[in-house]
Amino acid sequence: MNKTGKSFWALLADNAVPIVFIVISAIAIPLSGFSASYLVQELLVRIGRNSFLILSLLIPIMAGMGLNFGMVLGAMAGQIGLILVSDWSIVGIPGMVLAMMVGTPIAAVLGVFCGNVLNRAKGQEMVTGYILGFFINGVYQLVVLYLMGWVIPITNPILLLSRGYGIRNAVSLIGVRGILDNLIPVSFPFMGGVVRVPLATLLVIAAFCVFIVWFRRTKLGQDMRAIGQSQSVSDSAGIAVNRTRIIAIVISTVLACYGQIIYLQNMGTLNTYNSHDQAGMFSIAALLIGGASVSRASIANVFVGVILFHLMFIVAPMAGKNLIGQAQIGEYFRVFVSYGIIAIALVLHAWKRNRDREAARRSLRGPAEGAKEAA
Amino acid sequence: MRFPLFLNSEVILLSEVPLLKLENIGKEYYGNRVLSNVSFSLMRGEILGLVGENGAGKSTLMNILFGMPVIGATGGYEGKVIFNGKPVHFTSPTQALAAGIGMVHQEFSLIPGFTATENIQLNREVLNPSLLEYIFSHRMSTLDRDAMRARADTAIRTLGVDISPDMVVAEMPVGYKQFIEIAREIDREQTRLLFLDEPTAVLTETEAEILLKALKKLAESGIAIVFISHRLNEVKELCDRIVVLRDGEVIQEADAKTATVREIASWMVGRAVSEKTEEKPQKSHVIHDETALKVEHLWVDMPGETVRDVSFEVKKGEIFGIGGLAGHGKLGIPNGIMGLSPAGGNVELFGRRIPLNKPRRALDRKMAFVSEDRRGVGLLLDERIDWNITFTAMQVQGRFLRGIPGILQLRDDEAMRKETESLIKLLDIKCTGPAQHAGELSGGNQQKVCLAKAFVLQPDLLLVSEPTRGIDVGAKTLVLDALREYNEGHGTTIIVTSSELEELRSVCDRIAIVGEGRIAGVLPAQRPAEDFGLLMMGQMPHDEMEATA
Repeated sequence: MNKTGKSFWALLADNAVPIVFIVISAIAIPLSGFSASYLVQELLVRIGRNSFLILSLLIPIMAGMGLNFGMVLGAMAGQIGLILVSDWSIVGIPGMVLAMMVGTPIAAVLGVFCGNVLNRAKGQEMVTGYILGFFINGVYQLVVLYLMGWVIPITNPILLLSRGYGIRNAVSLIGVRGILDNLIPVSFPFMGGVVRVPLATLLVIAAFCVFIVWFRRTKLGQDMRAIGQSQSVSDSAGIAVNRTRIIAIVISTVLACYGQIIYLQNMGTLNTYNSHDQAGMFSIAALLIGGASVSRASIANVFVGVILFHLMFIVAPMAGKNLIGQAQIGEYFRVFVSYGIIAIALVLHAWKRNRDREAARRSLRGPAEGAKEAA
Repeated sequence: MRFPLFLNSEVILLSEVPLLKLENIGKEYYGNRVLSNVSFSLMRGEILGLVGENGAGKSTLMNILFGMPVIGATGGYEGKVIFNGKPVHFTSPTQALAAGIGMVHQEFSLIPGFTATENIQLNREVLNPSLLEYIFSHRMSTLDRDAMRARADTAIRTLGVDISPDMVVAEMPVGYKQFIEIAREIDREQTRLLFLDEPTAVLTETEAEILLKALKKLAESGIAIVFISHRLNEVKELCDRIVVLRDGEVIQEADAKTATVREIASWMVGRAVSEKTEEKPQKSHVIHDETALKVEHLWVDMPGETVRDVSFEVKKGEIFGIGGLAGHGKLGIPNGIMGLSPAGGNVELFGRRIPLNKPRRALDRKMAFVSEDRRGVGLLLDERIDWNITFTAMQVQGRFLRGIPGILQLRDDEAMRKETESLIKLLDIKCTGPAQHAGELSGGNQQKVCLAKAFVLQPDLLLVSEPTRGIDVGAKTLVLDALREYNEGHGTTIIVTSSELEELRSVCDRIAIVGEGRIAGVLPAQRPAEDFGLLMMGQMPHDEMEATA
């Protein structure tokens, strides 16, 4: 009786974050007054837009490197690819593929760099990755704001600032806008409306999921899981710990590059100096809302997270407007919730680690503890 | 083609060549000799017991044989290692593993979230063939889980135990983990020699029995085993031969069947027993009947020095020693009492309970602690000697301050200087003056500053951990004399924790020996050294124990 009670609370504590979001959404959905077909449509769009980015976080978590805040590096690489492809006026699927091909080597180099830095900051991967994002952002700005149009030839004047070099703040991605989403046009009537399905995008995401499932079963995946749990044991078993950690970050960075390209083809405009900024934070927040933790994340966490996180963004502004006449509450929630949820996840992680340590300690007490209780 | 007869004789010859032969192995760390002239050999299928105190050179010997990088980094070793008839010189554990030497460490090196199978096959997984392995590397192949499971099962069964290969290590009882470690070593097909470092330390009696049986079975299959343990009974039961190391030398090589446990213990600790006991000064201090410290069922979670269940009493005015092998928890006891490591149980000072896990409360009750971690816990290295010495007294007792308490208080530099100067004189601290930084002093003088800091607190109970670790012989005597004098002069109760038995025997009235996180026994310091040796090895000298209890 006592035991089941305990496990119920443990279950509740372990899933506290998703439960809170389900409750918030359950209250906000009726308040917003949105139709079911609208909600489903919006959710499908956002699943297609964001899932790939979030999935790119899974492999470093498996390797015990925590939430890869350094994925922003990959996002920047993807954006450089898209800017160049826009300049070369290559449109459609070839444009997207070319952007990915341009972005891949940049992301890989940045990933190797990031992995090497993180290997020197073991135990502080997350904060190091976060600050590394700011640092590389500076390099990115140097490249995009000064070198493009000057050292790197940019011929299309629409892309350039009026001074003749540097990329404009907003770049229209008209050539690749919605190109993957609409590649296979599918729509179906749903509860009084019509819902369009970004089928090609979802197929790409499904392929990515299959890749992750397969990857977990490879030797490399097994090595990463081992390293994630104990670097010293893995090292003494002859696994190349540092190299494997670098590989994990490179894979994540390259996939984040693709993820950002998929994200931007859906958005249709590139905010040259801002788009990548929040890619990392919103992806990480969504993953955590899906019930993942710093040390454990699954594909299911990704989709639960993306649905709950974005469901709240869709309904919160309307709910806020209908409730207190303020639509800004949605945007407020977006930022507040993202930072808040990351903070909570980090605190929960530390708390759980202490709890486990305490449990391990309990096993030391042996007869000493029993005697105290008896006394 | 050769004569069949010749072939036969070669086969016989091979089996007579020792599997492992050590010739005059020696090793120095920075001019400090830890091994000299170690020679012994080991036959196929033989079980050799390697026993010795801490610092006898067991781990250095193992490090050499296992090719640990620390050996090469500190100048290599002398002598020759002949393995399987060929001279070898390993520079990395991987080479030793490839040659067929396996090692089971004292601490588990298992991945907690993995199953038995995954751990046994760690980094040696059976892989499905795949095209990708030609393009990238074999790491892109998927694992063949069924084959892995079958192999793990075979390895576990070889040991004669019944553990499911699918069980997650984190959920296993401690004993199982030990078996998984060994199964991992024997899963390597080439393993011919197995080192086991204290494999039974964490096991219950029944588990240990099963393990010993499993090891015998392994030896029968031709694997040679080097068994390192402090449990002499087990060594006697399991091994064919025993090699006793002391101060880096092979003191005795004996047949396990004929040597008695008492003999082995005396070989291990026999060093210069007479020398110090003779010159021990007459104790002139008074031991009262009143109990100063009473410890009941103490557990302490200090990494590497776990205390499981410890109870003892110390009389007022007594110097009480705590000894035992490294890693068995003797250091955990003072750290737990002072609240520096998470602890539980009941600790009473003069009949009043001391709250654990709160260093401030321990200090408030006039207990002082000289930590074994001089540079980390004991001193503020970048501060002056006088600040170091008076710091705790200022914080805890509000001394060396002037002004109005609670409103404005300033440091009383004059009082601090005076106190420090008198202590520098008393303890003969070699320094330029009270203003010198503690970090600039030698180890022995730093230790004296730590003692001075404790003395300033005017404690009722003084806990001193490893007072002579890492300091030279002259300073050692001074530090021990200072402790003894302070005890005589102030009637202070002192608890000394040390790994050096002789040192404890020279200053203490009674000595408790800690083994595996519990008190193995408490003996008067006058008892012969081998009695303490027996206690350390988990052997009670029963006959006389009761008389002293």
